[in-house]
Amino acid sequence: MTYLLARRRSPWATAFLLLLALVGIGGIYALASGSTQAEATAPSASTTQIDEGRKLFLEGCSTCHGLNADGAFQLDGTIAGPTLIGVGSASVDFQVSTGRMPLAAPGAQVERKDPSYSDEETAALAAYIGSLAPGPEIPMPDLYDTTGITPEELALGGQLFRANCAQCHNFAGEGGALTDGKYAPSLTETEPRHIYEAMLIGPQNMPNFPDSTLRPEDKRAIIGYIEALRETPNSGGIDTGRLGPVTEGIVLWTLGLGALIAVAIWIGVKAK
Amino acid sequence: MSTSKVEQAGGAGYLWVDDRVPASKYLKKQLGKVFPDHWSFMLGEIALYSFIILLLSGTFLSLWFKPSMIEVVYDGSYLPLNGVKMSEAYASTLDISFDIRGGLLMRQIHHWGALFFVAAISVHLLRVFFTGAFRKPRETNWIIGVTLLTLALLEGFAGYSLPDDLLSGTGLRIAQGIMLSLPVVGSYVSFFVFGGEFPGTDFIPRLYTVHVLLVPGIILALITVHLMLVWFQKHTQFPGPGRTQRNVVGYPLFPVYAAKAGGFFFVVFGVTALMGGLFQINPIWLYGPYIPDQITAGSQPDWYIGWLDGALRLMPNIEIVFFGQWNLMLNVLVPAVIVPGIIFTAMALYPFIEQWATGDKTHHHLLDRPRNAPTRTAIGAMSLSFYVLLWIQGGNDLIANTFKINIFVITWTLRIAIFVVPPLVFVITKRICFGLQRRDRDKLLHGYESGIIKRLPNGKYYEQHQPISPEERAVLLARAEAPLPLPMPEKYDANGIKQKGYGVKKLQSRLSHFFYNEQVPMPTAAEIEEGNHHESELTAERNYEIDDARTKALAPHE
Repeated sequence: MTYLLARRRSPWATAFLLLLALVGIGGIYALASGSTQAEATAPSASTTQIDEGRKLFLEGCSTCHGLNADGAFQLDGTIAGPTLIGVGSASVDFQVSTGRMPLAAPGAQVERKDPSYSDEETAALAAYIGSLAPGPEIPMPDLYDTTGITPEELALGGQLFRANCAQCHNFAGEGGALTDGKYAPSLTETEPRHIYEAMLIGPQNMPNFPDSTLRPEDKRAIIGYIEALRETPNSGGIDTGRLGPVTEGIVLWTLGLGALIAVAIWIGVKAK
Repeated sequence: MSTSKVEQAGGAGYLWVDDRVPASKYLKKQLGKVFPDHWSFMLGEIALYSFIILLLSGTFLSLWFKPSMIEVVYDGSYLPLNGVKMSEAYASTLDISFDIRGGLLMRQIHHWGALFFVAAISVHLLRVFFTGAFRKPRETNWIIGVTLLTLALLEGFAGYSLPDDLLSGTGLRIAQGIMLSLPVVGSYVSFFVFGGEFPGTDFIPRLYTVHVLLVPGIILALITVHLMLVWFQKHTQFPGPGRTQRNVVGYPLFPVYAAKAGGFFFVVFGVTALMGGLFQINPIWLYGPYIPDQITAGSQPDWYIGWLDGALRLMPNIEIVFFGQWNLMLNVLVPAVIVPGIIFTAMALYPFIEQWATGDKTHHHLLDRPRNAPTRTAIGAMSLSFYVLLWIQGGNDLIANTFKINIFVITWTLRIAIFVVPPLVFVITKRICFGLQRRDRDKLLHGYESGIIKRLPNGKYYEQHQPISPEERAVLLARAEAPLPLPMPEKYDANGIKQKGYGVKKLQSRLSHFFYNEQVPMPTAAEIEEGNHHESELTAERNYEIDDARTKALAPHE
């Protein structure tokens, strides 16, 4: 106690107390928000996948999407959740396994987070929604498996990426801003299956690219190019976030000019 | 004294040359030329050295770069572009990057060097502005400097546009849009520059000539004149002991300054090379070749055009159509032509504006400390804040995405801030300057606050003031008392006839009041003497005076 008392006027004391308070508040928030996540029931072997999906849907999704998955309205007449009839299993798989659904909070855009449902549960939900009406189906792994992609396919993927994706997701898939707080998310860690599904269904602000627009082999080529962007070592040194000239300018003004002015000051001081 | 054989040979060689080209006398005089020393005087040097680096690395690049818009199919080392159709300009830049030994390093040194060049010019300009180094007789050199900055921007943009990658093409398309926004002549200018309705195949070869010959040639010539003027007008110096308007205190060019400057060149080259080797810049292979229907999120120019891009992004979409057929594109014309036009004109004319407003026609070789010219410093800070706000807006999409802020919120905040913040900065800077002037005055009168707290026997505390050093005293005493503002002219003379040039004189008087409406008076010699005396008296009094009544009152408790 005397140890603490003796140090209560130290300039570090305020910083330390602040840190303590921040950690405390953060910890309490983490505990509180963690406990609100929906808890799913364990799958039962006696029911079919579709029945299981319907059960999960009624528990976790029907508040917003309606008991029959045909959408629901809020009291003020705005849409609580859109109809899911015809969105297909690919849509459910994308939204649920990237954690976007169930929705954490309404906002400009639904954000990616840790998924709330296990793989089996997600598959059951997808099977249920898929059974309501025909729609885009979850792609088979061979569609987005890019092992053995040829340089020609890679070049095609690059061209298609720059023509269709870069305007929102940036030239290296780093993501970019859209209007009103919406954004195109970064693709640097997105799983190939999710990229394929996103192209298929066009979630949120993204346009969709059905097979009549981008053939399955085109989609695979694009995924191959995105993976190549991640794996290819950076020629020319450390990248500045692959965000273009703005971050290069920041590096110049801080590191570059900072170093030169430091040397200039050093030379000036030596003269005294 | 014995001399080595090498020295003898060197001496003989020199004599041989001097016999034919007698330069000894001249060199002796010139090499002894004195330059004052301050770190901020080296900012211009960074620009000069960057330019040399740019010439060297640019020459290397020109050996392989093909300024041609002929379509080719790429078959170089970079596999993800294999078989893609592109211009020869883009393909040769890829070759420089991937298939020519040292090519990528040289490209990156060239690009970082270009960013350094403009950055160094900018900070050099700020130094010259805030210290008042542009005052008579150096107004011409200021104008040359502003021209150099403009040319550097043009040269940089030309270089950015040459590789014909996606960002190059996007930038050029915006440049064409700006040309087209010029009323009446817009479309003619665009046709003239691009050789057709759209930026086609003529443009890259034209731009190449501009980039490697025309603009660098003019820059080189102007740098020469710039430096010759520095040489003949002599370098300015900061106030200090023994420094006057009539002398230059510093070190001789040879050997001290030559060694410093020479060494600094290698430091600049070294840092640029390090940047080129360590940090990727302008990865054109990721941007892809320019195709008019493509664009990437985060399309930005290099930093020095960023404020213009920001101005374009800031401007609301206002367009006036006259008689249903003539468009006045205010949304482009105002931010990209009118605002920069005003800024550069005002910048070039500033020395004359200040001279006219203050009526100051004398020569100035001693620099102002920024605080001692409050209005000028405030104008500079205000302009800088305006520039920085536009700069921020230039990266609005990246800020929005990085910090998860609504991009419209950023734009609207900055649209308001661009009118609110600069005037605020003006007022605040001016107040800070006056505050610092008062502090300087206090220091001259009472010395500096030593931080030594003394307690008197009677319980009083006081802080001891101590006299400032002679060096600091010389600096503080160098502040010239600002002249009184020019009086308002009489509208009518004694005979009731309106004065000639009354309006102009009135404006001049107004401007003069704007510059000199307020000042902290310099202490007179008598005041300083009295102040010092007073301070020592006070100290003596405080040290020995004992407040009897207080002592008695406190006594029972002790």
